[in-house]
Formats: sequence, C-alpha cells, structure tokens
Amino acid sequence: MNLVLSIALTHVRARVRQTIVGVIGVATGVGFSVMMAALMEGSQNDFVSQLVDALPHISVTDQRRDPPRQPSQDAYDAVEIRGLSTPVTRPGIKNPYAIIASIEAWGAGAVAPSVQSRAVLRFAGRDTAASVIGVDPRREIYVSKLGTQIVEGSLNDLYKTSNAIILGSGLARKIGARVGNSVTLVGGVGRAVSANVVALSHSGVNQIDETQSYTLLKTAQILAGQTGLVNEIRIKTPDAMEARDIALRVERETGYKALSWLEANEDLMSAFQIRNFIMFAVVGAILLVASFGTYNIISTITHEKTRDIAIMKSIGLPAKLVRRIFVVEGLVIGVLGVVIGWALGFAMSWGMGQVEFKSPFMDATRLPILYSPLHYAIAGGVALAASAVAGYFPARKAASLRPVEIIRGAS
Amino acid sequence: MTPLIEARGITRIIDGVTPTTLVAGIDFSMAAGEFVAITGPSGSGKSSLLYLLGLLDIPTQGEVLVNGRPTRDLDEEARAAMRLSQLGFVFQFHFLLPEFSAMENVMLPMRALGKRSEAQMRKRAFEILDSLGLADHAFKRPDQMSGGQRQRVAIARSLANDPLVILADEPTGNLDTHSSAQVLAIMRGIVDSSRDADRKAIVIVTHDLDLAAKADRRVHIVDGKIAAVPD
Repeated sequence: MNLVLSIALTHVRARVRQTIVGVIGVATGVGFSVMMAALMEGSQNDFVSQLVDALPHISVTDQRRDPPRQPSQDAYDAVEIRGLSTPVTRPGIKNPYAIIASIEAWGAGAVAPSVQSRAVLRFAGRDTAASVIGVDPRREIYVSKLGTQIVEGSLNDLYKTSNAIILGSGLARKIGARVGNSVTLVGGVGRAVSANVVALSHSGVNQIDETQSYTLLKTAQILAGQTGLVNEIRIKTPDAMEARDIALRVERETGYKALSWLEANEDLMSAFQIRNFIMFAVVGAILLVASFGTYNIISTITHEKTRDIAIMKSIGLPAKLVRRIFVVEGLVIGVLGVVIGWALGFAMSWGMGQVEFKSPFMDATRLPILYSPLHYAIAGGVALAASAVAGYFPARKAASLRPVEIIRGAS
Repeated sequence: MTPLIEARGITRIIDGVTPTTLVAGIDFSMAAGEFVAITGPSGSGKSSLLYLLGLLDIPTQGEVLVNGRPTRDLDEEARAAMRLSQLGFVFQFHFLLPEFSAMENVMLPMRALGKRSEAQMRKRAFEILDSLGLADHAFKRPDQMSGGQRQRVAIARSLANDPLVILADEPTGNLDTHSSAQVLAIMRGIVDSSRDADRKAIVIVTHDLDLAAKADRRVHIVDGKIAAVPD
C-alpha cells in the first residue's frame, strides 16, 4: 500500500472514537444536504409540473402587446398623440387555422385552437360563474393534460351529443351536477345554451377544478355569439424551457401576444431562484459546519502526532509527504462520511417521500422527492473538498515543524 | 580520502532575548570505518553538534559537508533527501512510530526512498531485524517490546537505507547494563563488518565513559567547544 495512505489509515484507525465523530459529522452534513436538495428540487419540479405542465407552454391570444403604430409615428421623428380612438375590431385571432398551420410548419410543437369564454352555469335553480373553454379534442390531447385528467367519461364524449360539456370535478360538486345531467350555460352576450354533462375532469389544482368547464369549439363560439371565433391558440413545445424563445418567434411572426409559461409565471420563477439560493446557502452551511468537525479532528491528530511527525521528518521523510499524510487523513474521514452520508441522504429522502402532505390548494400527496445523482455528486464533492481543506491547514502546520525542536524537547 | 562527514567551523546560536550559543566554531571530521564518541557534560552542546552533523539543524556559521558535498545552500527538501539516503539516526528514546510493527518501522525509510519493491523491502527489513536478534519480534508493536528491543529496532531502522553514517544520540541512555552492552556491540559490529566502499561510520553522543572508551576516537565538548579529553 502507498506509504502516505498506509500511515494515514493507521492514524485514523488508531483513533476510532475521533474518527467516528468526524465521519458522523461529514455524513450528517452530506445526508441532510442530499435530503434538502431532493426535497427542495423535488417540490419545485412537482409544482412546475402541476401548475405549468398541465397547461399549454405558450398561449397566443387575440391581444397585442403594444397598441398599433400610427402612420404619423413613422412620418415624424417626434409625435404626441392624445385621445386616440382605437378602431373596434372583431374579437378573436384572424385566420387562426392559417396561423396554426404556419406554427406547425416550423416545428414549434403541438398546436391547438381554443375559445375562452365566461358563462353563468345554471343548474337546479342555482347560478354559478364558470369559465367555458372550447377545445378541439383531437388536438387538445397534445397540448394539455386534459385527456388524462378525465375521471369520469372521456374527452371524446364531447362528440357524443350536441352541446356536450365536461365539468371540472370541483365545479360539478359545487353545483351538484353529475354525468348525464343537463345544465344551462348563459354566455356574455346573453345567449343560453343547454348542455349535457358528459364527463368530469380533475387536474388536482382546486382553482382550476372549481371554475373550469370544457366544450367543443362550436359550443363555446355559440356562447360567445361569434361563429368561427378562436381567441386562443395553445402550443405545447417539445422542451418546456424553450417556450420563451418560441413564444418570441410566434409573436414576431403573427403579431399576436404569445405568452410563455415562463413569462406568465415570472414571479414564481424568481421565487424559485431565491428558494434555490436559500437552499444552497443552507446546504453550504451544513457542509461548512461538518468540515469544522474534520478540521478539529485532524488538528487534534496532528497535535497528538507531533512527536511522530518529528520522527518521520528526522528520518528524512519530505515535508510534502508529511503534509499529504494529514490531508489524506482528512480525505479518508471525508470519503467515509460521504459514502455513509449518501446512504443516510437516500434513506432520509425515501422516508420524507413517505410523508403524506395535504395542501388546501391541491390534492393530498406525498412529499415530492427528486432522486438526482447531481445532488449526491455536489454534496459529496463539496464535503470532500471541505475535508481536504480541513486536513490541509493542520497538515501544513505539521509539515512545517522542525524535528530538532521536538527531539530536543523529548530528550 | 573524502571524510564522510566534515564540519568546518560550525557555530549554532539560538536567537532570543539572550542569544544562546550551543556550538561554537567546531571543526570535525570522520572517515569511513570510524566509530567516534562525542562526550561532555550535560548541556555542553554534544547533542546539538550531532544534530548539526546530521543535517537536522542548520549552523549559524560554518559548513557541514556530507561525503564531500556542501550542505549550506541545500533547501529543507534536499537536506531531508540526504538524511533519508545517506544518514541513519538512533535517538535516546527509541522514537518508533507506536502504531506500526517493528517490520513496518524498519520499512518506513525504505518506503519513503522508494528504491525497492515491497517484497525486497520486507525481505531486507526482516534480515536486518533477524541480524539484530529480533526475528521473533518483527511483527510486534513497540509497546509489546522491551526498551532494549525497541532500541535495537531503532538501530535496524537506521540501517534500512544502508546509510554512510549512523548518528546516535545517547542510544543507551535509557537502557539497563545488559541492553546497553548489546546495543554497543551491535554498533561496533556495524562498523567493523562494513567493508571497502560500503564502509560505514558511527558517531555516538554519550555521557557513558565506558561506552566512549570502546569507540575508535573520542571528541570531548565543553561549552560548545572541543576540549581536551579528560583523563
């Protein structure tokens, strides 16, 4: 065995209690870091998946981000416009199917048209406000999770009868409707439509389940009082993180406002960034505290081993070799601590994953845990680096000892 | 013939509020095959001289040459390398590594030098221990051996890298009469049995006049200076 490793292992083995304390310190640091990271990133991913993945990644609406440019603005360098009357335009996206074909052509992802409208839902003598979303079921399954969120009936049941409607599970519960019941929808322009409840959807997000209902495009268009209306185009991008860039291109090409989920949830993303910063600060602090333990132990061993260091140096062992011995001792404690810490972190993550968590806004669920090798690698790497640094300073001191002073003292 | 160790006017002064002179202007030289004893009263500077000769300490003035090579300008690493390959040390307190067996202690300088394979190092360590009557104790730790046995292990360790010179600081200072005689006989044997190009030299610091009398030459130190050997 290598001389440095052999001496280091012997020193570490000879001080079982101190070594165990050091290893436990590092293992606890690594274990808690892994668990914290698994929990924090797991919950973040789960949150994103629940709130964002369930919706289209990009929503193109019939709004414009800026008011239309006036000809005078192009003609003069400086123009002040007051009391401008904007022309009354027909709501909805112009030539929606041409736009859809164009977006699909350059591979932005799956695209589906929809009609967003508000209606009063009348059932059993009670009126309840609801959001009615007109969808094309054949396209909708590719842009949202609606198809998989149907708990009774199916999305294609919308084709079964004229004016079929799918109610959110919370909304159905609130008004007391079931599949097979007939409800009356009263649109914004006062037009009433009688619709049959053909299915119930359940997204797990109470805010959605208690307010949303789905019909075919045609039904929603009748409610809105405008045939052929499409006021939203939904896009699901192949990679959710590319949604912002794709939205920019769609907006540039169509002129309509294209809102990516990243932009829509900008405040949430900022909150996640702050959360991640806090997480790394806490994890860093845990590992730093653990490294102080290692420093303390290597310092103690170095102090106790002053005479041995003098012996080794007097024989002629070079200072760098003596230094390496104590750095390796720190690393040995670090490696043992990291391996045990990984197991501890995995066990704690698994244990946390078994805890059921109830939220007033979502279904009861287990704590979401992300098992990422990256967490283990980062926690292990930082702990090993901290152990090496913790070993280095006492090692440097040990290597700088002048043997003659120790020998003279011992004599 | 080049002396194995030569000191030219070496002085060692320890700085402090009151500077202390340990060794003052000593000239010393020893040839291959010599067994030299350094004697003197306590605090006379004999151990300090030994540390200077063994490159454990650096003279404030003067120069130490090992096998003709000046050492003044060597850095600590080079001095350590010279100690490892050309000098062997035996101290009053055996100074063995307590967690390691006799074999491992003897192998330590060889492993640090790295010129032999593991098998060769084991073979050589065992042969040296065997030659010093320690074959049965090769795998014992220092705390499982007597004082005399430990000191013999320390001598074995000093021989590990086949050094030119062995420097011993009161090697019998902690031993009973029997063990002292044994250690002395071994040291004498090391010098007497070495031949030709491999001829070794031993310099030993002692206040035991009987031991000193068995050396080839005696250097007496008083107040850091070489003095006439008393009758």
